[in-house]
Amino acid sequence: MHSIPGRRVIMALFLLFLLLPIYWLVNMSFKTNAEIVSTMTLWPHTPTLQHYRRIFTDESWYSGYINSLEYVVLNTVISISVALPAAYAFSRYRFLGDKHLFFWLLSNRMAPAAVYALPFFNLYSAIGLFDTPWAVALAHCIFNVPLAVWILEGFVSGVPREIDETAFLDGYSFPRFFIKILVPLIASGIGVAAFFCFMFSWVELLLARTLTSVHAKPIAAIMTRTVSAAGMDWGLLAAAGVLTIIPGALVIWFVRNYIASGFALGRV
Amino acid sequence: MDKTINQKAWFLVLPVFLVVAFSAVLPLMTVVNYSMQDTFGNNQFFWNGVGWFKELLDPSTDLGGRFFASLGRNLFFSLVILAIEVPLGIVVALSMPRQGWTVAACLVILALPLLIPWNVVGTIWQIFGRPDIGLLGYTLNAMGLDYNYVSNPIDAWVTVIVMDVWHWTSLVALLCYAGLKSIPEAYYQAAQIDGASRWAVFKAIQLPKMNRVLLIAVLLRFMDSFMIYTEPFVVTGGGPGNSTTFVSIELVKIALGQFDLGKAAALSLVYNLIILIVCWIFYTVMTNAGVERKAQAEEEPAAERMPAGVLQPAMALKQKEGVA
Repeated sequence: MHSIPGRRVIMALFLLFLLLPIYWLVNMSFKTNAEIVSTMTLWPHTPTLQHYRRIFTDESWYSGYINSLEYVVLNTVISISVALPAAYAFSRYRFLGDKHLFFWLLSNRMAPAAVYALPFFNLYSAIGLFDTPWAVALAHCIFNVPLAVWILEGFVSGVPREIDETAFLDGYSFPRFFIKILVPLIASGIGVAAFFCFMFSWVELLLARTLTSVHAKPIAAIMTRTVSAAGMDWGLLAAAGVLTIIPGALVIWFVRNYIASGFALGRV
Repeated sequence: MDKTINQKAWFLVLPVFLVVAFSAVLPLMTVVNYSMQDTFGNNQFFWNGVGWFKELLDPSTDLGGRFFASLGRNLFFSLVILAIEVPLGIVVALSMPRQGWTVAACLVILALPLLIPWNVVGTIWQIFGRPDIGLLGYTLNAMGLDYNYVSNPIDAWVTVIVMDVWHWTSLVALLCYAGLKSIPEAYYQAAQIDGASRWAVFKAIQLPKMNRVLLIAVLLRFMDSFMIYTEPFVVTGGGPGNSTTFVSIELVKIALGQFDLGKAAALSLVYNLIILIVCWIFYTVMTNAGVERKAQAEEEPAAERMPAGVLQPAMALKQKEGVA
């Protein structure tokens, strides 16, 4: 691949721009609140772990992480498992209303969460799922399922049709073909789709906050509690923020070799 | 690729249809229902017909004024961030290292902002930008600039835009990088033999190859910036005044703040309609581009999609290889 002159400088500057605010957050999380408010220091002069200790020992804090992970994983599993057969259908067959259906799905990916906040609240309260991980997981399906279908369709289309035909000639039934042959073939595609589902479910807050109150409250919503009568607890807020970055960073590390092709959603 | 017609495929699509219909159609019906009614609390509703819509689309009323103001701000915001993020994303993609461990490192760092929860993105920039405790705000003020995003509308705008550039340029860059990686080395060799300038290579080879991914990038960025809520809400809360109140923020204010269900529902429907139309335009452009490409590829399979100037040496090169 051929790059432009001065690329190292540009890249370094851009990465610095990306990392500087994150560094500042990490920096803050190790400072005491007194140090944060009183002086401007580029690194913690009296490093402390008190904010992290507080989060890991206070159940109302760490349960937020568990709640968040719970609905993110649920959502990813639901999204991928319903999207797989649909992606196969869109890739291989033409059927009544296929194009309209595909567009309708895509348009849901684009629908603003703010529009759905209140109706979702009513809907999930009515069916008794309010304040459970299921409510958030199902609500996030509205944008993750279309995205998963879109990504997986690209990957399924990359599998030659002859493979299906050969498998059926060999006497594979459809479910068996699907699980034994197709799924392993597009494993990296499934990984990429799961990554995107994880990502968009993990970063979303508006719906997650609206659909939970006590038991399934996501960490992102709990973070807003750091505002108290005594002012902001900046250190605690920063520590909580740092901890929300870690799951994402871990996931990126695992898929780093697929990121490039994955971000093109299987269709370069 | 010709697909076979098979109506049974609907069975495969059915789960998706049910899940999305449950989350999309049912709530949307509620919204339609609300948009036609007025409520004075106590769960008593009164028929209001198209009253809310009339008010919403008339800029002289309070509701209409707020709607058009936030819509204008939102469109301006989307255009500005597209104008910054797309060229910057392309430049960053072109600056990616060629090989070695630095590639993986760059990719991981680039992807990092994308996986930070949106309100934490807001928090990060809040902490980073505050004049009293933030590195950015402190430095700017120390340099003599009077920067305060809480009280100055222009500073608030700059902060929100820089934050979005920080947050999402990586998406554009990663998409472009994926497009660039799919270009075969032979194209560049051909261009080199041809003596093509750096700019010519970009215009004739790299940009056309990135076309499709760029379209996806613009679509995703436009849509997501058009419904942006969390990040500006955390940083500026829509203020100072109303200067950074975007459509979603306005909507949530009306719906969950004032509990004006009728107004909020009417706003939701119009908002959704705008998004649907834009989405449809993009979708049509995208499918048409795909069809054209396919047709082109079938017409001149050897030529692929290369401009004539760069093309001939490539063919010559291939022939030479064949002889050897």
